[in-house]
Amino acid sequence: MTATKPKAIRRLGDVIFANLAFFAGVSILATLATVAAFLFVQSIPAFTGPEIAAAEDGFWNYVFPFVFGTVYASIIALIIATPLAIGIALYISHFANRRFAQLLGYAVDLLAAIPSVVYGLWGILVLAPFLNPTFMWLNENLGWIPFFAGQVSATGRTMLTVGIVLAIMVLPIMAALIREVFLQTPRLHEEAALALGATRWEMIKMAVLPFGRTGIISAAMLGLGRSLGETMAVAMVLSPAAVINFAVLTSSNSNTIAANIALQFPEAGGNYSNLLIATGLVLFAITMVVNMIARWIISRRAEFSGAN
Amino acid sequence: MKNVLKLGAVAAVGTLVLAGCAANEQTAEPTSGGATSETAVVETLSGTLNGSGASSMAAGQEAWIAAFQIANPGVTVNYDPTGSGTGRAQFFEGATSFTGSDSYFKDEELAGEFPSCVPGTLPWEFPIWISPIAVIFNLDGISSLNMEGPTVAGIFAGKITMWNDAAIAAANPGVTLPELSITAVHRSDESGTSKNFTDYLAAVAPDVWTVGAIEAWPAEYGGEGAQGTSGVVSAVTGGNGTIGYADASRAGDLGTLAVKVGSDYVAYSAEAAAAVVDASPLVEGRESFDLATKIDRNTTASGAYPIVLVSYLMGCNDYLDDEQAVLVRAWASFLVSEEGQQAAATSAGNAPISAALRAKAQAIIDAIQ
Repeated sequence: MTATKPKAIRRLGDVIFANLAFFAGVSILATLATVAAFLFVQSIPAFTGPEIAAAEDGFWNYVFPFVFGTVYASIIALIIATPLAIGIALYISHFANRRFAQLLGYAVDLLAAIPSVVYGLWGILVLAPFLNPTFMWLNENLGWIPFFAGQVSATGRTMLTVGIVLAIMVLPIMAALIREVFLQTPRLHEEAALALGATRWEMIKMAVLPFGRTGIISAAMLGLGRSLGETMAVAMVLSPAAVINFAVLTSSNSNTIAANIALQFPEAGGNYSNLLIATGLVLFAITMVVNMIARWIISRRAEFSGAN
Repeated sequence: MKNVLKLGAVAAVGTLVLAGCAANEQTAEPTSGGATSETAVVETLSGTLNGSGASSMAAGQEAWIAAFQIANPGVTVNYDPTGSGTGRAQFFEGATSFTGSDSYFKDEELAGEFPSCVPGTLPWEFPIWISPIAVIFNLDGISSLNMEGPTVAGIFAGKITMWNDAAIAAANPGVTLPELSITAVHRSDESGTSKNFTDYLAAVAPDVWTVGAIEAWPAEYGGEGAQGTSGVVSAVTGGNGTIGYADASRAGDLGTLAVKVGSDYVAYSAEAAAAVVDASPLVEGRESFDLATKIDRNTTASGAYPIVLVSYLMGCNDYLDDEQAVLVRAWASFLVSEEGQQAAATSAGNAPISAALRAKAQAIIDAIQ
């Protein structure tokens, strides 16, 4: 007697749902492919067409200051935002009482709802004048550090201000993600640490942070991705120049790729707009590389990850 | 009961959605029975007119469209302030019937194709929008300063760095200038305002300002960059000892410069701006319907303010679609008319064109077919 393998029952609902899910997945891939194709096709005239006045020294000499500016601004934003986000997440998950934790959670999520144009306006009208005296003090007293050297800006619209604004913009995403990760720490680990006589901070150091390490990294990568592509806030707040400058307090700051496109595109004629799209392709490539590195880091410690 | 509520909700949402499909509404009711001020039109016009181009005249276009549509309820005019470059590109593709641009047609562009026009004919252009560019600064207690052209160039090129410099003091006897460093603010985005301002600097001080008329600021001259006219104005307002250039209508109550023209110092004003356009020569080698003007920044005509931005209106001489020709004639006539220019000046702050220019432009408009 042969035993036939039992066949799974498939009703109409199964067929429809499976196909819908399939098409949803495929449509995402299709959209990504369309955007990548657009970037490639529209960039070609910049390389094959007549020479563009703005890129006389070649494409890479034109784009490199923007690549530097994009990465630099994002690094500053991450350095400011990551400890802050970890602190907020720890406070909400382990220190605050339930009601206040909820309130704080809502408040941080509300930061994410503010449009980036509003952040730009707030940056120029409020933050820059407010930080200006601090910048002047830093320049006078700590000017021997290369980051604080140079002729300090009179209006406070510097790379450091942009870094702070970007940090505030990526804070909600990072804090929300890290908070979820910390909340998923196994209670057993925490209670075991406490049972061994650890204090609250030692318990966090032993049980929560190692568990949440990959979650923190993935949150940081998410924040990095957001700040790499941030356009309006940077375009409005930053005082740009086509140079590579490590000093963060001056008026000549390297612009970011996205902000440069936003500033130049409306008046760009001929194949200058193709050149700008080519810089957008470079940003696309950078983001892809950053995401791949992030995925690799996370995959190495996948078994510990609570967020993957 | 629940079903009635559901039905009511669907009906309400459906009404809202369909209401959004309504055609372009007028902002005011036209008076019935004839004369609606001096812009009364004899035949009733109808149709749609599409244009795009310079964002410098966007505010003016809004005022013009509102006034024109009130006088001619059957016409819908659309102007998309995409920027001069994009506007001209769309005109070359035939997507628009008229365009506004911060710079006149180049010779190589005139040799190209114009799909909206009958093949073989050229487009017309004339100045429609004269906007003085004020040089604004923020110093406590000083509302106006005199300055020579080379001094202004020196400041923006980063050569003159203190407010109490000898060159500035010499032009302003009796004004105590503070010992404060100058922060020069420029546009970080490409703009016609930058191009016209640097054209002025290059014309009056070519040895100090060596890069000519540019739209993107050279990095070696330093200074602060700000986005858009509003960015420059807020950067100048927010700092002490800052100086910048912006459209005069947005200067607010910041201090402004009076620049040296001939032997006097001239402050910006509507009449002074229009005067320099009349005092400047037309570009050589153009047809009679092409009023491209090379602004003479070194003019010595008295009472002329040389730092202006002139935007052109461009369209076809012979439209493929004759109905568009009728609409463009009416529209362009309104734009150059006294009440049209005044309407724009009231809401957008530009300088109305002079009567001489109006007469020349009207002659071109009358020949459109």
